[in-house]
Amino acid sequence: MNIFSRLGEFLLMIKGMFTKPEHWRMYWKELMHQCVELGIGSLGIVSIISLFIGAVSTLQTAYQFVSPIIPRSVIAQIVRDSVILEFAPTITCIVLAGVVGSKISSELGNMRVSEQIDALEIMGINTKAFLILPKIIAALITIPLLVIIAMTLGIWGGRMIGDITGILPHEIYDRGLLDSFVPYNVTFALTKAYTFAFIITAIPAYFGYNVRGGALEIGRASTTAVVTSCIMILLADYLLAAILL
Amino acid sequence: MIVVENIKKGFSNKTVIEDFSASFDTGKCNLIIGASGSGKTVLMKCLVGLLEPDAGNIIYNGVNFTQLNADQKKVMRRKIGMLFQGSALFDSMTVEQNIMFPLDMFTHQTKAEKQKRVDEVLDRVNLSEAHKKSPAELSGGMKKRVGIARAIVLNPQYLFCDEPNSGLDPQTSLVIDKLIKEITQDFNITTVVNTHDMNSVMEIGDKIIYMYQGRKEWEGSNKEIIFSKNERLNNFIFASEFLKDAKDMRMLESRGKIQNDRDMDKLLNS
Ligand SMILES: Nc1ncnc2c1ncn2[C@@H]1O[C@H](COP(=O)(O)OP(=O)(O)OP(=O)(O)O)[C@@H](O)[C@H]1O
Ligand SMILES: [Mg+2]
Repeated sequence: MNIFSRLGEFLLMIKGMFTKPEHWRMYWKELMHQCVELGIGSLGIVSIISLFIGAVSTLQTAYQFVSPIIPRSVIAQIVRDSVILEFAPTITCIVLAGVVGSKISSELGNMRVSEQIDALEIMGINTKAFLILPKIIAALITIPLLVIIAMTLGIWGGRMIGDITGILPHEIYDRGLLDSFVPYNVTFALTKAYTFAFIITAIPAYFGYNVRGGALEIGRASTTAVVTSCIMILLADYLLAAILL
Repeated sequence: MIVVENIKKGFSNKTVIEDFSASFDTGKCNLIIGASGSGKTVLMKCLVGLLEPDAGNIIYNGVNFTQLNADQKKVMRRKIGMLFQGSALFDSMTVEQNIMFPLDMFTHQTKAEKQKRVDEVLDRVNLSEAHKKSPAELSGGMKKRVGIARAIVLNPQYLFCDEPNSGLDPQTSLVIDKLIKEITQDFNITTVVNTHDMNSVMEIGDKIIYMYQGRKEWEGSNKEIIFSKNERLNNFIFASEFLKDAKDMRMLESRGKIQNDRDMDKLLNS
């Protein structure tokens, strides 16, 4: 199938998600369930990654800054901006594309292959609305929150490592953090987070929902889904930077 | 009653169902038999609307299903229960939740009412102790029974079973057949069953349709099937020497040449 018919099918899937729910409470329950799965489920990995990224970028920035003319608090500024602008939203979401994306696509793929999706359709349920929409909404709610947590932990990781290694005492780090802070950067990062949240749920859902065949195809679909969402994230990352900065 | 008129269905360049017409009676077990790959599953998926037929009409009690719009179809489907070839239980839910799911989705009953209904249908399929098990913990036959329980929980008017006894031992398969027959008669449902199990054909086939390469080749009851002269059908059903013998025995019996049980006992003991 060529890229245009895939895109068409993807858009039709998105359109097909919007119908009146058969029973609001069931959709609400499913949404809450997905929020826990996606949000709480990814909290651990996101925390670890952002702590380390903050720490490593402090060390490396300090390593590159040997000039005595520039105040050392600039290190904190650089760590802050790169964590907020790039590391927290983009790296987090690329990792989540792997974690969440493969989960969504293999879950839906398995439901398709074992005819569970057909079984839902037979009951008269709009499976796109019931299975896909709650996942996308849950991601739109939880992933920006995860990105905010990642920002905080990233910056805090940098601060901690500065103290531990003695490269940068936290008094200086804190001063640097407040210097020439641009609040718009956070808005920009959250815009990215929303965009990526959509990408890492909708694309794997598309590939999983449309699996044909058996277990082999489920595996293939989740690989394709993860690869495609990673590329789309990077592409969107570039486009958003070009448009909004 | 379901009336099917001139259904056609193909995939890309291959025709699977060619001009199929039939009617399925209310309160009866209507069986569709045919070799593997003859198009039984595709036909059933067309009947329930999971596949869109390329041509033809499907009429449920006078309502032309093929001409309904998506919303009307959704309403119609709530009167349909279906057991899939692989049971299709939701594996993230327990047995109880599986059966409760249609009730949660489409009724506004209280928790207690729903629980009562779930207990009822689980009793009906003889699985009163399986409530909290997950589908992975069940045997094939139990899965099928849970599938049936889920299909009938909303009191459907139409029940479709795709190979309810494939992969089951003869005894369990008989239990499932009896269950389907009883449900059909007790609730006066129109039941359509896909099968290639000869036991089922003889036990529950009120009306049997034999499909051959996507076409209807023969139609009749389980009484008539023994005397059918259709060669393809005979080759299909009485495939083994053993079954051929059984058939001859039945013919002799029906002509009064031998009397069943007693004669057999005498022969065996001599
Ligand atoms: N989605 C599909 N795309 C293309 N061909 C299909 C599709 N589904 C079924 N077929 C083809 O249609 C034919 C009939 O398949 P079907 O599943 O209806 O057989 P069946 O009679 O149910 O067999 P079995 O008894 O083994 O379940 C097969 O040749 C199959 O290859
Ligand atoms: Mg089949």
